[in-house]
Amino acid sequence: MTKENILRVCDATMQFGGVVAVNNLNLEVNKGEIIGLIGPNGAGKTTAFNVITGVYAPTNGAVELNGKRIVENFPQGKMKQLYKGQNNGKYTKSHLLTPDKITKLGVARTFQNIRLFKNLSVFENVLIAKHMHAKGNIFSATFQLNRKEEQRMREETLELLVLLGLEKNKDDMSTSLPYGKQRHLEIARALATNPSLLLLDEPAAGMNPQESDELMHFVGRIRDDFNLSILMIEHHMQVVMGICERIYVLDYGTLIAEGNPETIQNDPKVIEAYLGVDD
Amino acid sequence: MNKKTKFICTLVLIAIGAGLLVFIDQATPSSAMIRSVLQLSAIYSLAAVSMNMLNGFTGLFSLGQAGFMAVGAYTFAVFTIPVASKPTVYYLYGVADALANVALPPAAGIVVAGLMAALLAAVIGAPVLRLKSDYFAIATLGFAEIVRILVASSVFNRITNGSLGLKCIPGFGSYYTPFIVVFICIAIIVLLMNSTYGRAFKAIREDEIAAEAMGINLASHKQMSFIASSFFAGISGALMAMFLGAITSTTFPLMLTYNILLIIVIGGMGSITGSIIASFLVTFAKEWWLRFLDVEHFIGDFHVPLLRTGFRMVVFSVILMVVVLFWSRGIMGQKEFTWDGLYGFFRKLKNKRQEKSPVGGGAAND
Repeated sequence: MTKENILRVCDATMQFGGVVAVNNLNLEVNKGEIIGLIGPNGAGKTTAFNVITGVYAPTNGAVELNGKRIVENFPQGKMKQLYKGQNNGKYTKSHLLTPDKITKLGVARTFQNIRLFKNLSVFENVLIAKHMHAKGNIFSATFQLNRKEEQRMREETLELLVLLGLEKNKDDMSTSLPYGKQRHLEIARALATNPSLLLLDEPAAGMNPQESDELMHFVGRIRDDFNLSILMIEHHMQVVMGICERIYVLDYGTLIAEGNPETIQNDPKVIEAYLGVDD
Repeated sequence: MNKKTKFICTLVLIAIGAGLLVFIDQATPSSAMIRSVLQLSAIYSLAAVSMNMLNGFTGLFSLGQAGFMAVGAYTFAVFTIPVASKPTVYYLYGVADALANVALPPAAGIVVAGLMAALLAAVIGAPVLRLKSDYFAIATLGFAEIVRILVASSVFNRITNGSLGLKCIPGFGSYYTPFIVVFICIAIIVLLMNSTYGRAFKAIREDEIAAEAMGINLASHKQMSFIASSFFAGISGALMAMFLGAITSTTFPLMLTYNILLIIVIGGMGSITGSIIASFLVTFAKEWWLRFLDVEHFIGDFHVPLLRTGFRMVVFSVILMVVVLFWSRGIMGQKEFTWDGLYGFFRKLKNKRQEKSPVGGGAAND
């Protein structure tokens, strides 16, 4: 059975000045998979996320979504001389999208350090994510000509909160929630954009073993409920090894290993990157 | 409280407000201070709410308010000065041929003033909105100054009458005109802020990166907010021109922007009701209640020290400093006035009293 490809990152290189943060990254996510992206601190995991979601334009390389090339770039201007990566000349087009456009194409994300809308309620936080699907323009929205749409957005938001067990907190300020629930809310907000691919940046950061265990089941559940593919950065090996079907390992921006959890656990390169090796 | 009682409460409140206005209109002589101060407060409240849309709701710290008000005021004046008065107004330079026979009715003039300000916002928005925080403030500040200087420059002598300014601007048709216009405009702003676009603006204020990740197009939404805010700023400028009857470029100095900024800071950044309350309080204090500080007073033979022209502004500044130091979130913070909020406030007060009273009673029994 061939798997339907959702995301493919092709030879993505991200260079800041002289620093190559992500070097020639090739990565694939198929439909329904949960993929882990791990690596020591500073390996370029979040940078890779930022390249996929359009926060950064890759210096060289491309990103494909559902087989369609959505982002492509090659070294230009000053970067022409500075470029230290590979595959120079393979990409000749420059086609970039802003993060909101990529979200519209069905890629939602959460952030490493929680970025909720702080002074707004839990309900509003999720409702805002529904905004991009609103068809009414600013005039029809102001004069309430599209009341049905507003009604529908509110109903969907409430449904989502019920599904994720946040309905009791719906009128609370988002910052007044306990840490674990803030993480849940961030995921709920991402889900409200109706994504087909969800990127989770360290969803279990700062959680105790029990909480991260719950999170693991939670991630598995939303994958099934919402028909998602998930790419997650995570440091909790217990979580990563528990739910990820395949794992990519980054070190100093370069992919050093990929495969299922068992292969990764026994890969000498990965052990070296994490633990160091005797001389 | 259910929806119906809230609705009735709101209607009653509006009726009381309107009743008070009618009472003041009927009961006071036409030269009474309170009449013009009320009108000015209403105009300031529209200016403040429109500035709050940008600064408090979208999180774009703009200092261009006076500029957009000036555009609105001048547009209104240029298009509505009666044809018969044009020769006297433009006695020195003459009027531009295209404008010589143009005199729109004031209602149309107000809309045109708003549209002109909005158009200008659309033109400068594209480059200026790329700037972040302080730089955006500086750019808009610069814009306001450019407008002021251009309006007074000799290039536009035959349109804006240069540094002589414009006079014979049609005034308010009735005493209630400014209140009605302001009420309608603020009602529209409230509707906008409660719509899905208003929520998107708030999201941008809270966290730009997260807002963008939620599919909100930063550039277009900032632009929308900027244009909408300028539209209402233009209308408030037009109302100001009607109120004053004569304008020059010095009517809209930088100080005006700061005055309005002050109102929204006192009222609470991100609160429409706060801005309205604050504009009435500040305008009343500045224009009326503190006036006595400007006049020398004698109590018997005792000459009250310090009171002289200008002292009012000193006291006013001290009050401001106290407010900003000890009440930095302003009167309302980011909250709006709601009936539920008021109800909750009274209930809390009642509960507190009930908590206190048994203790007091117990002490008496001992």
